[in-house]
Amino acid sequence: MAISLNWINDYVSVKDEDKVALANKITKAGINIEMVKDTAIDNLVVGEVLECTNHPDSDHLKVCKVNVGKDVLQIVCGASNVRAQLKVIVALPGCLLPDGDKKFEIKKSNIRGVESNGMLCALFELGLEEKTEETYSKGICELPSDAPVGENALEYLGIADTTYELDLNPNRTDCNNHIPFAYEVAAVLKKQVTLPDVSFKELDETIDNQVTLDVTTPNVYMYNLMIAKDVKIKESPKFIKHRLEVAGVRSINNVVDISNYVMLEYGQPLHFFDKDVVGDKIVVRMAKDGEKIITLDKEERDLIKDDILITDGNTPLCVAGVMGGLNSGITESTKNILIESAMFNPYNIRYTSIRLGLRSEASLRFEKPLNYEYCLLALKRACHLLEKYADAKIVKGSVSYDKVDKTPKVIKVTLKDFNSILGMKVEDNDVKVTLTNLGFTYHEENGEYEVEVPNRRQDIYPQKEDIIEEVGRLMGYDNIKPTLPLIRTKKGVYRDNIKFRKIVSKRMRTLGFNEIRTYTLISEEDASRYSYKFNTPIKLLKPMLKERSIIRQSLLNSIMEVVNYNLNKKNKDIYLYEIANVYSEVNNEYVEDTKLAFVMTGKYLSNTWNSLNYNTDFYLIKGVLENLLEYLGLTNRYSLKLSENLPKEIHPKINSEIIVDGASVGYFGKLHPNVTKEDIYVCELSLTSLFTHKTSDIKYSELNKYPTIEKDVAFVVDKSVLAEDLVKDIKACGGKLLTNIKIFDVYTGDKIEENKKSIAYNLTFEDKTRTLTEEEVMTIFNKIIDNICHKYNATIRDK
Amino acid sequence: MYNDEINKIKKELETAFNDITTKEALDAVKQVYIGKNGKVTELGSKIKDVPNEAKKEFGIGVNELKNIFNENYEKISKDLEEKIVNEKLNKEAIDVSLPGTHIEVGSAHPLERIIESLENLLMSMGYDVVEGPEVEKDLYNFELLNLPKGHPARDAQDTFYIKGDEYLLRSQTSPVQVREMLRCGGSEPIRIICPGKTYRRDEDDATHSHEFTQMEGLLVDKDITLGDLKGTFEEVAKMLFGEARETRFRPSFYPFTEPSVEMDISCFNCNGKGCSLCKGTGWITVGGAGMVNPIVLKNCGYDPNIWNGFAFGFGLERLAMLKYGISDIRTFYVNHDIRTLKDFDRREY
Repeated sequence: MAISLNWINDYVSVKDEDKVALANKITKAGINIEMVKDTAIDNLVVGEVLECTNHPDSDHLKVCKVNVGKDVLQIVCGASNVRAQLKVIVALPGCLLPDGDKKFEIKKSNIRGVESNGMLCALFELGLEEKTEETYSKGICELPSDAPVGENALEYLGIADTTYELDLNPNRTDCNNHIPFAYEVAAVLKKQVTLPDVSFKELDETIDNQVTLDVTTPNVYMYNLMIAKDVKIKESPKFIKHRLEVAGVRSINNVVDISNYVMLEYGQPLHFFDKDVVGDKIVVRMAKDGEKIITLDKEERDLIKDDILITDGNTPLCVAGVMGGLNSGITESTKNILIESAMFNPYNIRYTSIRLGLRSEASLRFEKPLNYEYCLLALKRACHLLEKYADAKIVKGSVSYDKVDKTPKVIKVTLKDFNSILGMKVEDNDVKVTLTNLGFTYHEENGEYEVEVPNRRQDIYPQKEDIIEEVGRLMGYDNIKPTLPLIRTKKGVYRDNIKFRKIVSKRMRTLGFNEIRTYTLISEEDASRYSYKFNTPIKLLKPMLKERSIIRQSLLNSIMEVVNYNLNKKNKDIYLYEIANVYSEVNNEYVEDTKLAFVMTGKYLSNTWNSLNYNTDFYLIKGVLENLLEYLGLTNRYSLKLSENLPKEIHPKINSEIIVDGASVGYFGKLHPNVTKEDIYVCELSLTSLFTHKTSDIKYSELNKYPTIEKDVAFVVDKSVLAEDLVKDIKACGGKLLTNIKIFDVYTGDKIEENKKSIAYNLTFEDKTRTLTEEEVMTIFNKIIDNICHKYNATIRDK
Repeated sequence: MYNDEINKIKKELETAFNDITTKEALDAVKQVYIGKNGKVTELGSKIKDVPNEAKKEFGIGVNELKNIFNENYEKISKDLEEKIVNEKLNKEAIDVSLPGTHIEVGSAHPLERIIESLENLLMSMGYDVVEGPEVEKDLYNFELLNLPKGHPARDAQDTFYIKGDEYLLRSQTSPVQVREMLRCGGSEPIRIICPGKTYRRDEDDATHSHEFTQMEGLLVDKDITLGDLKGTFEEVAKMLFGEARETRFRPSFYPFTEPSVEMDISCFNCNGKGCSLCKGTGWITVGGAGMVNPIVLKNCGYDPNIWNGFAFGFGLERLAMLKYGISDIRTFYVNHDIRTLKDFDRREY
C-alpha cells in the first residue's frame, strides 16, 4: 500500500516539489512516510526500429538501427520478437536501470565485434514486472504503433511516479487514501485541495421503480444505491492500472477497478452488484445464527447474528462490508450495475471479518468511522468514472437510508490553552494560519476560538487538546523548549516491598549469583513441577502455544532449563537467581507472590593453579541462605528443618524447609537423582512472606567485662540424632549462664561404633555482672552431660 | 693494680665480637666475659683485694669493660635478629603474579540495570517507584485508559485474556497509573514511575517477545506543558546515552494521551549523520509519551479543568538492546549463558 504522487497531483499540485523534502515535512507533521520510491527513469525513451539485420557473428543476435528522436542509434538486441517498424523502449547510454537494490548503468559497448549504443528493454528489466519464464519469453516490450518516438517511455506509459510508503498511527489510517492524504499535503504546503469531478449525465428514467430498499438494523448508519446501465467490461486505462498497482490492488477489469479506485480516493469502499441478478429489492438485516452464504471466493460461510447481511429479500447477496456473494457480483457479461455506498457499525464489520478470516482493504476501512460526505461523493464519483471509462448510462436519482447524526463537532479553545499545553510560543496568527491550512473553519473573538472540525476528520474527539495537537504538530514540535516542571520538590521513594526486593537481589549478586529472567508463561506439564504450596493455577483463555499456556507458580523449572543449557555448553560452575512474581487463584481471587529462587552447582570458590576447590554442597547452600536471612535481620528467628513434604524433585534426605517466626516461607535442598545426575542444589522462597517479618532497629550491646569459662564435650549418639536437637537440650539445661554453643567437630568412623556419630560441642559460660567460679560452671556442665546422656542414650567420647 | 688485666681484657674485647654470625656464638662470648665465671665477672669480684684508695679507680675500670661489652653485644644482637627476620621473609616469598582466589561477582540482568539507572535518575526528580499486578483487570488495563470495549488495540488478537473479558495479563504498565490516580482520589499531585513485566500475543522472534518489560512515568499536577515532558525526556536520554544526545518529539497517537508524541534521540552510533542503526535517519525512537488525555483524568477521578500532566513509556528491552548492542530480544529471556552474563557483572558509572 503506497500513495502515488501523480495521483495526489490531481487534488493538490506537487509537481514542482522536492519529493523527499515534502515527505520529511509530512512526516514531521505526524503522517509517517517510511519510504520514498521514485519509479521515473531518465534516458529511457520511446524508439522505433528502422532496420533489423542478423549479427554477422551470432545466430540469435540482431543488429538494429533505432530512431530515438534526436538520433538514429545502432543497438544489438537478442530478443526473439525484435523486428523492423516495432515501437520499443530504449535505454540510452547513461540510463540507470534497477538491479535489485542497486542500479545498473547502460554503456556503449561492443558485442561480438559490433558496436551497440543502448538496450531495447523488456518490462521486467525496468522493474515493472517480475522476471519469470513467462515474462522472459515475451521478449522486449512492444509499444503501440502510435507511441511518440523520443518521449520518455515511462511518462508515455503514465508510470513515471514517486510513491510514498506509509507507516500510519492507528487514528490516521484515513491517510491511506489519496484525498485525505492530499489534505495533509495541502496543510504542510499551505495550498488548497481540489476535489475530483463527480459530474455525469442522468437518464430520464428514475431509480424509484427499479429498486426498493429496506434496512431493518440500527447497525447500518447509511445505505445508498444507484444504478449504472449498459456498462462495457474491458481493460482499465493505463493510469488506473498503474495507480491500483502502486496501492497494491490487482487490476481486474474497468468496472471492478473503478470501485477500488474510488475507494482509494475517498477511503469509502463501494460494492457493485449485477443488477440483473439481484432484482428489484434490497433488504439489509442482521444475519441469523446458522445462516449460510457462498462468498466470491467460492467458500461456504456460516453466519451468526452479529453479521450484517445484504439480501434480495430472500437470498443473501453479500456479507456487508466484508465480501460479496458468489452469484451477485460483476462478471464479464454484466450489463447493469447496482452501486452500493454504505456505512456500517465498525465493530460488526471488524468482528465479522476477523471471525471469517476475511480482512480486505474494504473491511479494514469499514472498521474505522467513515465520513458520510464521502459516502455520498464516492457514489457520484463512481458514476462519473463508469460513464467515462465503461460507457455507462446513469439512472436518475438514488435510493437512500440515512441515520447519520450530522451535527458538526465544534470545539472551544483559547489562545492561552495553546501556549500553556504546548509549552511553545503560539501567536494568534499561528493558530489562524494553521487552522486555515488544515481546512478547519473557526470563529475567533478575543483569543477565544470556536473551531468546527470537518467531518473527514473522524479521529478528532471534541475536546480542546485535540485541536491543540493539530496546531502543534503542524507548527512543529521542534519549537518546544525543554523545561522541567515547576512543582514542589520531594524525594522519590521505592514503595511497598520494592526496596526490600532490591536488597535481596544485591545480596545474591554479592554472594556470587548471576541474575536471570525467564518467561512467566510455561506449559501445564512444567507448571506442575516443584509444587510447594501451590494453589489453583491460572490458565490463559486462548494460549498461542501450549508451551506458554499457564502462569507459573515456581521459578525453578525455568531456572533448571537455563542450568541444563549451560551444562550442555560445558559451563560447569553455575550460580543463578531469579526474582519474579507468580500468580495463582485462591477463592476466586488472583493472588500475587514474589519469589526468589536460586540454584548452585559446581565450584563455588576455586583457584585452578593451587587446586583449591570448594564444591557446592548442602552446607554451602544452607550457608548462603543463612547469610541472606541474617543480612535481612532475621538472626535467631528462623529454623531450617528436614521436611518430608517437599516437591518430589527434591532429595528427601538432603533438604530443609525454611521456617521464619514459626511460618514456612520456602525450602532448599539437593535435586532428586530422578531429576538430574549432577549435584545441583536449589532454593525457592517467598519474598512476599519474608517481607511480612519486620525487623527491629539496631542496638549496640556492651561486651562482657568479666572472664568467660569454656568447656568442651563430645557426645557419641545414634546417627539419626540431629545435632540441632542436642543444641536445644544443652541450651535448656545450661540456663542463662550458658551464652554460646559451637559445634567444632563431627566424627563417624572406625574409632566409634558403626551406627554412631560423635558431635563435639564447645560451651561458653559467662555472667555480665561478676566472675564465675569453676565450681558453679562444673555443676551446670555435669548436669548438661547427665541430661544429654540420659535423654539420647549418649556416651562421652574420650572420657 | 689490675690495670694490666683491665687493659688486656679491653684489648681482647676489641676483637672478641668479630666474625660472630649466630646467636649461639654471641651467647658463648657472653659466657666468656660476663657469665658466671666470665673474665669481667671474675675481675670484678677481686675488688675486695683492692686497697680502699684504689677501689674507685678499679670500679670505674671494670664498669668501662662492662659497658664496652654491652654496647657491642646489643649491637650484634640487633643485627643478628634483623638478619634472621630477613632470612625468614626471603624464605616466605611467593609468586604474587598468580591469580587471586575470590568468589565470582554476580551480575545483574541487563533489564534490571536499565531499570535501576532510570529509577535512580527519576527518584532524584521526585518520582516514586510503584508496581502493580501483572494479572490485571480489563477495567484498568483498557477501559479507564480510553480504550473502550471493541477498541482494536484491546483485541483478543493482541492480549492474553484469563477470564472472559474481565481479567488479563496486562499488555502495558499503564494500569499502574490508573491504580495510582484512583488511590489518590483526584486531590493530590502524582509523580510515579512503574517498571514491570507486560505481555502481548506476539510470536517470539528476534524483535518480538510475548513477554516484555515497560517502564512508564506519570506526572499529574497543575500547569504542566509538553515542554516539561521534553525536558524530562532530555534528562533520561542524556543519562542513558550520553550528554551529547539531542532529543526530538514527533507527533504520534495513543488513546490515553493527547497530544501524543514519539520520543527520539539523535543516533549515538553516527551522531546524527545516518547509519544502519538509525536506518539513515540520524534519529532513534526510544519511547512514546504525551499529555494525559482529559478523558483518562476524568475516568480516574481528576478534574481536567484543574489538573493536567504527562505520561511517558519506554520499552526497556529496546533501551537495553540499543545501549548494550544486543540484537535479539530473546537474549533477555532464554539461553542465558554464564559467559555472556559476565559482561554485566560490573559497575558502569
